[in-house]
Formats: sequence, C-alpha cells, structure tokens
Amino acid sequence: MHFGTSAPIISVQTLNHYFGEDNLRKQVLFDINLEINAGEIVIMTGPSGSGKTTLLSLMGGLRSAQEGSMKILSQEMCGASKDRLTQLRLNIGYIFQAHNLMTFLTVKENVRMSLELHDEMFNQDMDAKSIEMLEAVGLGDRAEYFPEKLSGGQKQRVAIARALISQPKIVLADEPTAALDKKSGRDVVELMQKLAKERNCTILLVTHDNRILDIADRIINMEDGRLVDAS
Amino acid sequence: MFRKLLKRTQLALRQLMKEKTRLAIAIAGIAFADLLMFVQLGFEGALYDAAIKPHRSLQADLVLINPQLQTLFAVKSFPRERLQQALSYEGVESVSPLYFATGQWRNPETRLSRAILVWGVDPARPAFKSSEVTQNLDSLKQLDQVLFDRASRPEYGAIGEWFKRDGSVETDLNGKVVKVKGLFTNGASFAADGNVIASDSTFLQLFRDRKPELIEVGLITLKPGTDLEKVRSELIAGLPNDVKVLTTEGFAQIEKEYWANGTGIGFIFGLGVGVGFIVGIVIVYQILYADVSDHLPEYATLKAMGYTDRYLLGVLIQEALLLAILGYIPGLILSLGLYQLAYAATLLPIVMTLERSISVFILTIVMCSASGAVAMRKLRSADPADVF
Ligand SMILES: Nc1ncnc2c1ncn2[C@@H]1O[C@H](COP(=O)(O)OP(=O)(O)OP(=O)(O)O)[C@@H](O)[C@H]1O
Ligand SMILES: [Mg+2]
Repeated sequence: MHFGTSAPIISVQTLNHYFGEDNLRKQVLFDINLEINAGEIVIMTGPSGSGKTTLLSLMGGLRSAQEGSMKILSQEMCGASKDRLTQLRLNIGYIFQAHNLMTFLTVKENVRMSLELHDEMFNQDMDAKSIEMLEAVGLGDRAEYFPEKLSGGQKQRVAIARALISQPKIVLADEPTAALDKKSGRDVVELMQKLAKERNCTILLVTHDNRILDIADRIINMEDGRLVDAS
Repeated sequence: MFRKLLKRTQLALRQLMKEKTRLAIAIAGIAFADLLMFVQLGFEGALYDAAIKPHRSLQADLVLINPQLQTLFAVKSFPRERLQQALSYEGVESVSPLYFATGQWRNPETRLSRAILVWGVDPARPAFKSSEVTQNLDSLKQLDQVLFDRASRPEYGAIGEWFKRDGSVETDLNGKVVKVKGLFTNGASFAADGNVIASDSTFLQLFRDRKPELIEVGLITLKPGTDLEKVRSELIAGLPNDVKVLTTEGFAQIEKEYWANGTGIGFIFGLGVGVGFIVGIVIVYQILYADVSDHLPEYATLKAMGYTDRYLLGVLIQEALLLAILGYIPGLILSLGLYQLAYAATLLPIVMTLERSISVFILTIVMCSASGAVAMRKLRSADPADVF
C-alpha cells in the first residue's frame, strides 16, 4: 500500500449493508474495506449477485450507507441526509449499463443537462462546451440528433460525455459495455480511460468482461458480499 | 435568476413537444373541459341576465311589490292604494301602477298559441326606459292596441317584419283581437319567451279576472336630488307590511335569487361546471401520469446526476401550466363560437364576459396544478438507486 501526497479519494472501512427489514433483513455487504486514490482506474469483478452494484450505489450516494464508515471526497457519507447525498452526486459522474439518455432531448442537450447542475456554468457558453465534449468522444457531428437515431455504442459515448463534462472527481460505471458488441465495448472503455487520465479523474468500473481488464490500474474482486484478493 | 431560467433546457416544453399525439389529446381534453365550463357558466349568466332585463329597464327609482313576489312567472299582487299612500311622502314626485300576467299569444300564421308575458302600463307615464316604448305610448291609449317585443322567440310569428311591412299586425291575445302598433326590444328569458306591452285598460280587458285595484308593481319616481335610501326607509317604516320597498336593482336581485337558489337551475349549472372541472383533472392527470411513467428511468437518472426532487416537481408543474394555457386558448375560441350559435338558437343574451373568461382560466390553472400534484407521487417514486 502506498500513500500519495493526498488522502485517498474514496475510503471505505468496515462497511456493512442490509436489504429488507426485521425477519426479511438480509446482509449483502460484509466488512468492506477499500481505498482508492485520485486518478486511479479500478475495476471490480465478481459473480452475479455478489453485491457489486450495491457497493457502487452506496459510493455514489444513490443509497444511504447504514453501518461502518465511507468517506467520499473526505466527507463521511454513512448516515448522511438526503440533501447531502444529492450534494455528493453533483461531484460524481455515472455511466450505466443502459445509457439512460433523455429521449426527448437531443444529444447535445443531454450533455448540457449535466452542466446546468452547476451555477457557475451559466456564465459560459454551455452549448459550445457540450459540443466540444461530444467532439472528444467522436460525436461532434451528431450533436443535434435524438438518442433514438444513434447506435448502442454511440449512445454509450454520449453517456460518457455527459458523465465527464462537468469534471467530476469520480466516475462510477456499472457494466458500461454489457449492451455493446466486442469492438464498440473496447472502444468505449478505451475512451473512458483516455479522458479520465487527461482529467485526472478516478474511475471505479464494474464489469464481467475479461477482455477489458488490462485498462485497470488495479482489479478488485467481490464474492458473496466480501472483497477478496484478486491476485 | 430569471436569465438563468431562460438559459435552462426547457424540460417541460421539450417533453410535451416530443409526444405530439399525446399533446394534441391533452389540449383537446382541456379545451373540451373549458368549453363545458364556459357553456354552463354562459347559459347560467344568460338566464339571469334575461330574467332581470325587464326589471332593469323599469323607469323608476323605487318599486313596491308584494313581499311574496319572487318571479315574474308567478303573479303576486298588492292593493293599489299603497301607491297613493306613497305619493304623500316627502321626495316622491310621481307614482304609476304596473300590471303583468302571462297570456296566450296566437301566431297569426300557424294559429298556434304560446304563453307570452303581458305588461299593463299607464299610457300617460312611461313605465319602461326604452325610447321605443315612450314614443309609442300614445298608440296604447286606444283599446286593444299593443307593443310587441321584436326579440321574442320566432314561434310567435315574424311580427317585427310584418309590422314594418304593413304598419300593423292583428292577432289573438288571450282570446281577444289585438293590433300591434309598435315594437320594442327586451328579449326572451327562461320565464317568458316574449313580451307584449298594453295599456292598463287593455290589460284588464285581456285578463277579465284581474281587478284594477290589485297591482303587481308600483313604480315610484323621486324628485331630483332626493336621498333615495332615506325615502326608502321612510316608506318601509310608514307603509303597511303587505308591500316591500325596493330599488329596481333590488327587485332584479330577487328575480335572480329565485332562479339561482329557488329552483334547481343554479345547482344544475354548478354541477355542470363541476363535471367539466373533473373531466379536465382526469384528462390532465392521465397525460402527466403517462409522461412521468414513460420517463421514470430518465427522471431517476436526473436524480442520480444530482437534480433535486424539487427541481423535477417544478418541471411537472411547468408542464401542467403549459397544458393549461395551451388548452385554454382553443377552449376560449370554441366557446365564443358556441355562444354565437346558442344566441342565434335561443335569443338568450349569452355573451363572454371578461370576468368569466378570467374565472375559467383560473379554474383551468387549478385543474392542471391539481393533476400535477397527484402525478407528483409517481415522480417521487423514481429512485436513483434503481438506475444502476
Ligand atoms: N433493492 C434490493 N432489495 C433487496 N435486495 C436487493 C436489492 N438490490 C439487490 N439486492 C440483493 O443484494 C444482492 C447483491 O445484489 P447486487 O445487485 O449488488 O449484485 P451484483 O454484484 O451487482 O450482481 P450482477 O453482477 O448480477 O449485477 C443480491 O442478492 C440481490 O438479490
Ligand atoms: Mg449489478
């Protein structure tokens, strides 16, 4: 373990998580300990139902953490209020298995929605910034298209543009390549890697796809709700 | 702040515009609901306006009536003597009696009889403000000559036309031959499909069972500059309580009150407005609910990105208000057209008033916001934890 100049950007200690209540209460995460440093690309693998998505949604403030400690960007998120969770989400980019683009907005507007969350952006040309970001993912000429007119890989690239445009410190991605063929899956992941390195952005990526493991700085493995040594 | 609002991507508008068919259905639904409300309110207003038009055109400052008189439809009389007593009060300049009753008018062409409201006036004093009536008072002095309301329903015959062509029209009124010697304009109401003015002597000939010493309305004219309320309270205090002393407007309000509350009519129109309102709520709710349901994963994604519940509720409200405005405009235009048709068919004074157009607009806004508020429950169920 090495200590960089700054504290880890994600620091999880003895985290437990349960679903359901009373008799139906079921523990899905057991004693999770994990540190991720700024700029790192970490891939998490593990069998289906092992708790990967659950851990990701806790880190992203999409669910509130129940037990243990979870510091994201130096803030304790265990037992945080709903407002604090919403606040945290502003600093995180999400990429989902389904692209989840707004069907009633153009590609450019979809990306723009991410900028409009930040007050200071209203003094800038948000359209130009959005187009610039779309160019970075190779879709500059599709800015005015509606998502339904794009291929799966293109949609996922728009989702990447949307996740990265407001310069989040952390990007959380849950099986971003699952709906894509081999080639476009590889392209999408390489694009994420390149953009993240340029922006010094930390990535935690869940995948079942063994062919993309090489882009990771580190690989962690989840089994039955516990992190186990990958090597 | 406002500038920022303009710069934002207009989620509400974009969402509505994306589903053109759904938008068209929503607009049609709201327009229909508004039309329903406008028609109900329009007829209600027209009914009241028509019913009190004669009251408002009476040439008098104060009137005496039988306290039990509620509507022109049901005649209630009082002793004419009261009118003479009123004349002795300070400030009263002149008095005159007014009779009315429902008679049977025979259409000279079809020979079908139909009920009509007959007024008996003193031909020496104008009972109605209308100059058409005052100018023709002389022709009433001769027995069996009458004035006819040209805005009466056409079932009485095209009396106005024939009168203009021939200068006189003869027909049967309550079994007696009368001559139309002039026209005036009042209009049909729910109580009377038409009006005829006769002299008091002609009136008593037409209605044999009526006694000259029992009248329906006593018209009181005050000297210029007299304090109306003061004379009124003196008359109320001084006259026996078999008469009621009212201003003409007060008299009109009694008639209106009768139709609004004394009959089921006010309730039925109110019910009609309520039905329109509920139809609107259901339609807007359906549309908003479908919109939210269809886009639930997208709303959840927006929440995951950091948009607050409040922001998204705002979008929903905006959507509701946009629908309200977009639906109201065609609703208003259609209603204006329908008012024209209804006027042509019924001759009721059915017109759009600013007040009514504003109240229906407010009702539309309330209707849409209420639906938005219910659809919000669905929006809250969009859980960002479900999107991964
Ligand atoms: N909302 C929920 N309520 C109750 N149980 C849940 C809920 N979400 C997940 N679980 C349970 O928690 C466990 C972990 O689920 P999770 O989705 O985190 O697995 P995963 O590792 O992401 O699996 P996969 O690779 O199939 O996506 C599973 O047993 C699942 O049934
Ligand atoms: Mg999963």
